[in-house]
Amino acid sequence: MKSAVVVFPGINRERDMMLALETVTGQRPVAVWHAETELPSVDLVVVPGGFSYGDYLRCGAIAARSPIMQAIKARAAAGLRVLGVCNGFQIITEAGLLPGALVRNAGLRFVCRQVRLTVENNRTFFTNRMQTGAIVSCPVAHGEGNYICDTETLKRLEGEGRVVFRYAEGTNPNGAMNDIAGIMNETGTVIGMMPHPENMIEPLHGRTDCRPLFESLLAA
Amino acid sequence: MKAKIRVTLKTGVLDPQGKAIAGALGHLGFSGIGDVRQGKYFEIDLAETDKVRAREQVKAMCEKLIANTVIENYDIDLT
Repeated sequence: MKSAVVVFPGINRERDMMLALETVTGQRPVAVWHAETELPSVDLVVVPGGFSYGDYLRCGAIAARSPIMQAIKARAAAGLRVLGVCNGFQIITEAGLLPGALVRNAGLRFVCRQVRLTVENNRTFFTNRMQTGAIVSCPVAHGEGNYICDTETLKRLEGEGRVVFRYAEGTNPNGAMNDIAGIMNETGTVIGMMPHPENMIEPLHGRTDCRPLFESLLAA
Repeated sequence: MKAKIRVTLKTGVLDPQGKAIAGALGHLGFSGIGDVRQGKYFEIDLAETDKVRAREQVKAMCEKLIANTVIENYDIDLT
C-alpha cells in the first residue's frame, strides 16, 4: 500500500499521519509539497490536518486551489483513493471532492478533546476492519468542523450510506448536521473526517481504538 | 477600476459569530437588536477598464475562490 501525504504551508499534522501510515502499513508514505504539479504513483493520498495558509479566507480555501490539488482532483476523478482529515477534510471539501461545507463550530470555541465516533458504514477503504455500529474514541481539534449541506444533499448522504462516521450521542463537538463527523463521495473513493484517527493508534496515545481504520487500508 | 465585493452567509446558514455580536451589543445597552449577520468585504484593483468584462472577471473570481457558493452569496460593485 503506497501512500502520499500532502504538505501545505501551515499544516502541522503531517508527521503524525505519516507515522501512523508507516506504523500500520509498514511502508513510509511520500511527502508531497503543495507546489508540485504531479503526484507520485500511489494507492492513497492523505490530506492531513493543520492550519493551511493560516485559515485565511476560509479554512482550506487557499490550499484547495494549490497546484497539487489540481493533480489530486484529476487522479481522484480516475478513482484514486483520497482521505482528508480535519483541515484535510476542509481542503478536499473546498476543492469540490466532497459536498457541503465546514463552518464555525456552533459553540464558537475551538474544541480539543476526545469524542466517541460511531462507524456508520464499514464497506469503505478506511473502515472495513470495523463493525458497522462500532463506537471508537477519537480526538478532535478544530474551530470550524460544523458540517452543513442542503437538505437534498443530506438526504442523499444518508440514503446512500455515505455518512461514514457520526459523533456518538452527546459528543457532537461542533453542531454538525445529523452529528456527521465523516462522509464519502458517491463512489466511496474519497473520505473526509474531522476527528484525528492518527492520534489514537498506539498505547502511548492512551488508546488504540483507531488502529483498525489504518489496518483497513491494507485490506482495501 | 475597483471591484468591491460583499460576501454574506446564505439565509438559513447558522452564523454563531453574528449571534455573539448581537449578544455583546445587548450587553452594551443597545436595545432592539434583531438578527445580526457577519460577512466579508473585499476590494480588488483591476487593470480592466470595460465594466462588462470586469464584472465577468470578478464574477468568475467569486465563483472560484472569493465565495464558497455552498454557504455564501456575493454581490459586486464596480467603481
